[in-house]
Amino acid sequence: MELSEHLFRRESGRLVAALVRIFGVHNLALAEDVVQDAFCRALEVWKVRGIPDNPAGWLMSVAKHRALDIVRREKTASTFAAELSQVLASEWTLVPGIEEAFADSTIRDEQLRMMFSSCDPRLPEEVQVALVLNILCGFGAGEIAAAFLTSRAAMEKRISRGKKSLASSQRLFDLADAEFAPRLSAVRRALYLLFNEGYHGASAETAVRIDLCREAIRLTMLLLESPQTASPETQALAALMHLHAAKLPARLDSEGDLNPLLEQDRTRWDTRLVEQGLALLDQSAAGTVVSAFHIEAAIAAVHATARSVDETDWGAIVGLYDRLMAMAPSPVVALNRAIAIGQHDGPAQGLEALGAISDSERLDRYPFYPAAIGELEFRRGNQEGARTHFLEAAALARNDVERRFLERRVRECGD
Amino acid sequence: MSQFVYLYRMTEAARQDAMGTPARAQQNMQRWMAWMNDLDKQGHLKDRGQPLERTGKVVRGQQKTVTDGPFTEAKDLVGGFTLVEARDIDQAVELSRGCPILDGGGSVEVRPIMKMDM
Repeated sequence: MELSEHLFRRESGRLVAALVRIFGVHNLALAEDVVQDAFCRALEVWKVRGIPDNPAGWLMSVAKHRALDIVRREKTASTFAAELSQVLASEWTLVPGIEEAFADSTIRDEQLRMMFSSCDPRLPEEVQVALVLNILCGFGAGEIAAAFLTSRAAMEKRISRGKKSLASSQRLFDLADAEFAPRLSAVRRALYLLFNEGYHGASAETAVRIDLCREAIRLTMLLLESPQTASPETQALAALMHLHAAKLPARLDSEGDLNPLLEQDRTRWDTRLVEQGLALLDQSAAGTVVSAFHIEAAIAAVHATARSVDETDWGAIVGLYDRLMAMAPSPVVALNRAIAIGQHDGPAQGLEALGAISDSERLDRYPFYPAAIGELEFRRGNQEGARTHFLEAAALARNDVERRFLERRVRECGD
Repeated sequence: MSQFVYLYRMTEAARQDAMGTPARAQQNMQRWMAWMNDLDKQGHLKDRGQPLERTGKVVRGQQKTVTDGPFTEAKDLVGGFTLVEARDIDQAVELSRGCPILDGGGSVEVRPIMKMDM
């Protein structure tokens, strides 16, 4: 019997959710200790008896027994989750109550509530994302720090700050709360950031980045499992993630080198993810809401269904970027729009659109702004101009992956 | 061939740390499995042994005083044992070098089982 990949990471998030249901969020640390203890016990027993047929079930049953012990030993049940105080107070209801906390549907609901609690707008977004990764995805501080290129100490501080805030709340976010709609937006936003960190992010390790994208998709699909959170906007976000994730095998090679969209080997795109993404995009169109996620997913869908760069409907893409600019204007959206114009109308028009970006000083530190100028200069035959801009871009590179890519561009311009 | 017992010792802190994050737990588990399976395949594994709880009682002296575990006074707690078969103590020691507990700051005590037929 082999260990399935990420078994402990996955079960960590599920078990913590069930245990927080019992102990209350103020006892988050206790819940984490119980999970940790179950892992230690698994090591002792499995190395002697071998991996059990159902490792996840084994871990869960150890956590259940431990939870039962802890509640029984504590005479006043009010120490634990207020929502369950009645159930935990009586021996008659205690065992079924604990069973209930570990039921799949409860775990799913508690994971949702934990996600909503973690995405508290009073916490900076970087703290929200770190909490989601740590509590729900089971990543350690060191791993999250590596993915975000920060120090482990800084990440530990970030996580403990978030946990302190979580623990001080009386209970996990209630999906019936009046704040539900804005909080759902915050959750989507955090998952979008999490996905982008994997897709565009800083880590030079391909595996790390794919893991981040996978986790973002998994949690977004968790939102889709519950009717309350499965809104068209959430479906559009899921569509967007699937359509982008489909390109990952072609975007990052085994050395972690970056291949831009225009140069990707499209036979390496994951057709199953494309299909799922298109189906989700279809579903997301059912409502009356058209969100920025809808437009971004629609752009990704045009790319995903084009067999080559030349067969891409660039006119449609420019039109979609126009709509995105009207809904959620940003210099990066304007930049992408200009690149699409460069494909549709020619490099001169693309350069003109780049020059017309109104708040382009906000792109001053963004390497892909000079890189975009470089690409268009290169395409209209101005190799020397292209080289200058790629050099400028390479100097702005924020990590090794970007630097290697931009330096390759400089070399391609000749000397 | 002679028989030896491996006694695994580790502090509680090191034990917790070895399984500190899910990724580390996963890695540590895989390494233990690989090491045990290796011993098994080479025919050295006589008995995978038993894990021991970290709690218990100590009965001491003529007064037979009973104290409760966990044994905070003991730095390295025995967490379990395995029975192996090897040519001699040198080979048994050599085989123990692959044990993942060593990387986590623990130790393996290699003790020959007394031969009783002589």
